[in-house]
Amino acid sequence: MKKYNGNGLVDNKRRTLLKGAAALGVATALGGLLPSKAWAKKKVGMGFIYVGPRDDYGYNQSHYEGKSSLAKLDWVKAVDQENVPETIEVQKAMESMINLDGVQVLFPTSFGYFDPHILKIAPKYPDVMFLHCGGLWDASKHPKNVGSYFGYIDEAVYVAGIVAGHTSKTGKLGFIAAMPIPQVLRNINNFTLAARSVNPKITTTVVFTGGWSLPVKEAEAANSLIDQGIDVLTCHVDSPKVVIETAEKRGIYSCGYHTNQAVLAPKGFLTGAQWNWSKVYQDYAEMISKGTKIPNLVRGGFKEGLVTSSPYGKAVSAKAKEQADKVRSSFMSGSMVVYKGPIKDNTGRVVIAAGKEYKQTDVWLESMDWLAEGVIGSTKG
Amino acid sequence: MNETEFSLLNILIAVIGGAIRVGTPFLFVSLGECLTERSGRINLGLEGTLMMGAMTGYGASYLSGSPWLGVMAAGMTGVILGGVHALLCQQQKVNDIAVGIALMLLGTGLAFFLGKPLIQPTAAHLPSLHLGSWSDSPVIQAALDINVLFVIGVLLAPAMAWFFRYSRWGLYVRTVGESADAARAMGLNVNRVRMYSTMAGGFLAGVGGSFLSLYYPGGWSEGLSSGQGLMAVALVIFARWNPVYCLYASLLFGAAATLGPTLQSIGMTWGYYLFHAAPYVLTLIIMITTSSSTRLLSGMPGQLSNVK
Repeated sequence: MKKYNGNGLVDNKRRTLLKGAAALGVATALGGLLPSKAWAKKKVGMGFIYVGPRDDYGYNQSHYEGKSSLAKLDWVKAVDQENVPETIEVQKAMESMINLDGVQVLFPTSFGYFDPHILKIAPKYPDVMFLHCGGLWDASKHPKNVGSYFGYIDEAVYVAGIVAGHTSKTGKLGFIAAMPIPQVLRNINNFTLAARSVNPKITTTVVFTGGWSLPVKEAEAANSLIDQGIDVLTCHVDSPKVVIETAEKRGIYSCGYHTNQAVLAPKGFLTGAQWNWSKVYQDYAEMISKGTKIPNLVRGGFKEGLVTSSPYGKAVSAKAKEQADKVRSSFMSGSMVVYKGPIKDNTGRVVIAAGKEYKQTDVWLESMDWLAEGVIGSTKG
Repeated sequence: MNETEFSLLNILIAVIGGAIRVGTPFLFVSLGECLTERSGRINLGLEGTLMMGAMTGYGASYLSGSPWLGVMAAGMTGVILGGVHALLCQQQKVNDIAVGIALMLLGTGLAFFLGKPLIQPTAAHLPSLHLGSWSDSPVIQAALDINVLFVIGVLLAPAMAWFFRYSRWGLYVRTVGESADAARAMGLNVNRVRMYSTMAGGFLAGVGGSFLSLYYPGGWSEGLSSGQGLMAVALVIFARWNPVYCLYASLLFGAAATLGPTLQSIGMTWGYYLFHAAPYVLTLIIMITTSSSTRLLSGMPGQLSNVK
């Protein structure tokens, strides 16, 4: 039986007991029939939790696609739950997956699940691995059975920024973001730094909507930005559908995010940054089945196959394609460093001194709280 | 200097355009609720009706290819939900508010459940009137791209005011709302009048939902309404049960809601959380300044205060 400190729901506790009893029964019964099945792959139970719907053209869909790719592995039992808010609800969802579905590893995929929810539940179940998407695991502060994985999608955002820089005629780019958290800021900065490497006069105007899924605000932000003369729009919200469609309706260019949105904007879609979670989840399944120790931090970009670029749209010029491909291959070879000094933030402060550089893997970048020069916006609301 | 003036004008135009776009669903839901409340019944379920309307409207437009058919389907869904509300409320010892909350949860839950396959596909959207084509400025053109539903809503508000004031049916609705006993003495069937008012109110709320999914922001997603149906119900109190005021209030709420994104897009970077809260702050301020401890809210239908 798992250690249980008795603070959980009575319901859960009873279920744990029932399940335990049932498992004991099954184990004894099977024990006689199947003395050893060492040759077979060990069964792996994996649980996925999404903050929104599975088919939102965005973040949640990208994870769902990753989870669905596990279906071809018959030794994996993957369960999932969608629309779980970042509240005590996610704690309940995690406990029920552990106690009722018997998962050995949980993937709560939304940013806000980490602190306090995972950090609160994880110590109760030391045998279960809690792998959070995007969170920053810190060996000195966090439990050992917690870990995090994330793709350097900002590499793909950088490539999109190059294309945007080549395509923009007004020199004004727009970025619709949910909240000023490090991952979002890093995407905004990469997009801007890339575009300014093409044309140093380019600016990116940011609108923070204050939530991951607020279609009316996103549409309003898109319209206001377009009114101000921006001609390439991208975003970091859960579902880019509204933003991409609004850009297309208003006749400007757009860069996608999370999944491929090319079908939503046949005229104006340039390219986009996409996740490739299938690889991550299959790798994890393999590790658990073999009993290898799971690393607490998994990171990767183009090179490791965790992120990709959406295919170029019609409006992308040959010159833009050429430079974007070149940048992508230098990411592949590992020679590309985005955060190479001198870099100033948009208040004029030097954040990265000349001669200093932060490689992609540097965790310092994961606590980013500044916006680069050329971004019009503020991290403090 | 010229540039700042130009951008101030731009903001103003953008806010007006946004007020029209964001305010339209508020307008329809609040007109619907206004009609229902004038008959002496509260329907808090309009948030659910809005979501169901958005979902069925999108589905019908996707399947049939005609957005107007979608609008009708959304309206009819509203009629059905309104009918259910009315039917439940006219039973003995049933509380309007409890039924309304139940229907709100049912409506949103059902819309999420049935709307699962509609998140991905793209349906035919409602057309808009390009009233800004005289101008060269893309800002003005965009702000004056006005949807036909908004025009209908604008015409509907004074028409409903006229209906309450001068028509026989309007008198019935008002009488039932003011005093059920007096209405019965006149030989009116109180329940029937309320049934029709709630169904018609549901129709309007459903149409408001179809505006969300078929025009702005367009598309079906579960965060589509984010409480607009509930805010519209509060808006009716704010508008003192007057349909024309509902129009003004909707535009004001729409404008307040666009303030956050608009100010950021022109480079005003501070206080965006504060501006996102603007509609709610506005409601509180107006409610506080117009309230009185000595009398009932003016314009409040008499029967509304004694919910069973």
